[in-house]
Amino acid sequence: MLNWIRRPKYASERRDVPAGLWTKCPRCAALVYRKELERNLRVCPRCNYHHRLSAADRLATVLDEASFVEHDEGLVPEDPLAFVDEKPYPVRVDEAQRRTGLPEAIVTGTGAIEERQAVVGAMEFAFLGGSMGAVVGEKVARSAERACSLGWPLILFSASGGARMQEGALSLLQMAKTSVALGRLADAGVPFISVLCDPTTGGVAASFAFQGDIILAEPGALIGFAGRRVIEQTIRQKLPEGFQTAEFLLEHGLIDAIVPRSDLRPTLGRLLRLCGAQVAPASEASPTQPVGAASAEHGRSL
Amino acid sequence: MAVPSNLAGAAGVHDDAAGERLERELEDAERKIAELKRITTSNQGIDLAGQIAVLEQRAEALRDAIARDPTPWQTVQLARHAERPKVGDYVAGLVTDFMELRGDRAFRDDPAIVAGLGLMDGRTVAVVGHAKGRDTRENIARNFGMPNPEGYRKALRVMSLAEKLHAPVITLIDTPGAFPGKEAEERGQSEAIAGALIGMSRLRTPIVAVITGEGGSGGALAIGVGDVVLMLERAVYSVISPEGCAAILWRDGSRAREAARALRLTAPDLVGFGIVDEIIPEPPGGAHRHPDRAVTAVASAVRRHLGMLVTRPLEALLQSRYDKFRRIGRLRDLGQVPEPAPSERHASE
Repeated sequence: MLNWIRRPKYASERRDVPAGLWTKCPRCAALVYRKELERNLRVCPRCNYHHRLSAADRLATVLDEASFVEHDEGLVPEDPLAFVDEKPYPVRVDEAQRRTGLPEAIVTGTGAIEERQAVVGAMEFAFLGGSMGAVVGEKVARSAERACSLGWPLILFSASGGARMQEGALSLLQMAKTSVALGRLADAGVPFISVLCDPTTGGVAASFAFQGDIILAEPGALIGFAGRRVIEQTIRQKLPEGFQTAEFLLEHGLIDAIVPRSDLRPTLGRLLRLCGAQVAPASEASPTQPVGAASAEHGRSL
Repeated sequence: MAVPSNLAGAAGVHDDAAGERLERELEDAERKIAELKRITTSNQGIDLAGQIAVLEQRAEALRDAIARDPTPWQTVQLARHAERPKVGDYVAGLVTDFMELRGDRAFRDDPAIVAGLGLMDGRTVAVVGHAKGRDTRENIARNFGMPNPEGYRKALRVMSLAEKLHAPVITLIDTPGAFPGKEAEERGQSEAIAGALIGMSRLRTPIVAVITGEGGSGGALAIGVGDVVLMLERAVYSVISPEGCAAILWRDGSRAREAARALRLTAPDLVGFGIVDEIIPEPPGGAHRHPDRAVTAVASAVRRHLGMLVTRPLEALLQSRYDKFRRIGRLRDLGQVPEPAPSERHASE
């Protein structure tokens, strides 16, 4: 059950990239040299398709090198419903942990972007569809509390299908848990930047992802409340091309900007400066433990 | 490694098989009654009233037996029963001088949510509730109690007004869920629900939420962030409908009966999870049999809780609301994970 602990953390074991030198773009079907794709932040050089990023890659592409200090990495879910569908829930969790090398569907901590301090979290879609159960809810809430006590802006990268059914109503209520924590952050006057990655839907979209003071999205990301099929069955008609994409949301006034992956780090850096975020300590060689963090003693360098 | 679900979930007095047997017997009795009635009307000379009465008694006893100790799936059916009290009945039982307030001030009035102000024991309160219809016509008009974004925006607008008036808020939850429609997405269903959640979490006035019927997912929770959360005995509250759950997990919507049990969506389950604070008992046979008594039970429970909440200092109230929702969920902390070897760091950078 706990084998993920013994695995090297965040070792790449991506199943969506074949072991070969070339990979096929799912959108334009072009064969892309894998190293070129990696160099291009996993954006197809032919058609600009933004491949999904793992949580570790997401943090690596936006944060200053060696600035990340992970928190709350030891939180793992229980099985409060003793839920079994085709497999028992603990088996599903165990498999997801082995597959991703992560304990849960979000990685949270503190870091710097262009030398500005922030509390950050990145969701891992490969972990049970990035679904939000008690652990995701708890880590988001703790991140909000950490941002509150440090006075550093909070940045969360969402990638989730919604609530985790296997935790029943307890997963539904994570929407309320994250909301009370983010409500406090708002009361404290600390900004929250929400970055919607592909996909951000269901209970995650309908809670913290859309509670950002500033909401950004990646090009082409699927963002919405209800699933496409559910809507089509309800209204008995086909939905137009491009429905629930980042571009659709921008047009409908629901997000602030679509930011191509290559611009994400400078954009977040600029926003942190505009929000008056604290300048990170000059020496980056050994990141300092943030003072006053709720569980700073558990923090460690990635 | 895990306890098999069919054992873990079968804590009820009787299992699904026994529950289904009662349902089959009831269907059987109802079919026979219909048949005998048909014979009576087409053959003037035959008098079957005695036999019909016996069967009707039998059907009644079976209905009572099911309502007394329903399986989770039967509880879902009871929670959805068309004759359960609706938001209008509760409003009438809770307040006098009710003034409905309409519209989100931006797009339109959503008939799937009713909101307004009224007097409860001389004190102004706001009431916000999902509006299911009693029949097909009314259901179509009210979109089956499934709000669009403007419904949640209206709800929050009226709650904010209550805050301004120092008036407590009572919410009544009874919805299959937020409406999954094209326009709902265009107008930001996610943002509307997210806004209601954070708005309620910060609202500086007492809130009592009551799950009166169907507590369907985010569309229900969006008006459910209360200082106290009450639930009628045969109401349900779930992250997804049993049908939806079965369709996703087993690709078979007809396994809803199993899903209803697996989801642990009944009132006692929710009290056990720390999500619901108190169960409001229903009259014998269920709220649909005696709607007036169910309304009275809800009104007295709400009155009792509001009476306690309004005496509490606001900051203490907000702190306990925070703690209440902040605690929900089951997890373990394994503490710090061992450091990987230096060479394995930044494996992906």
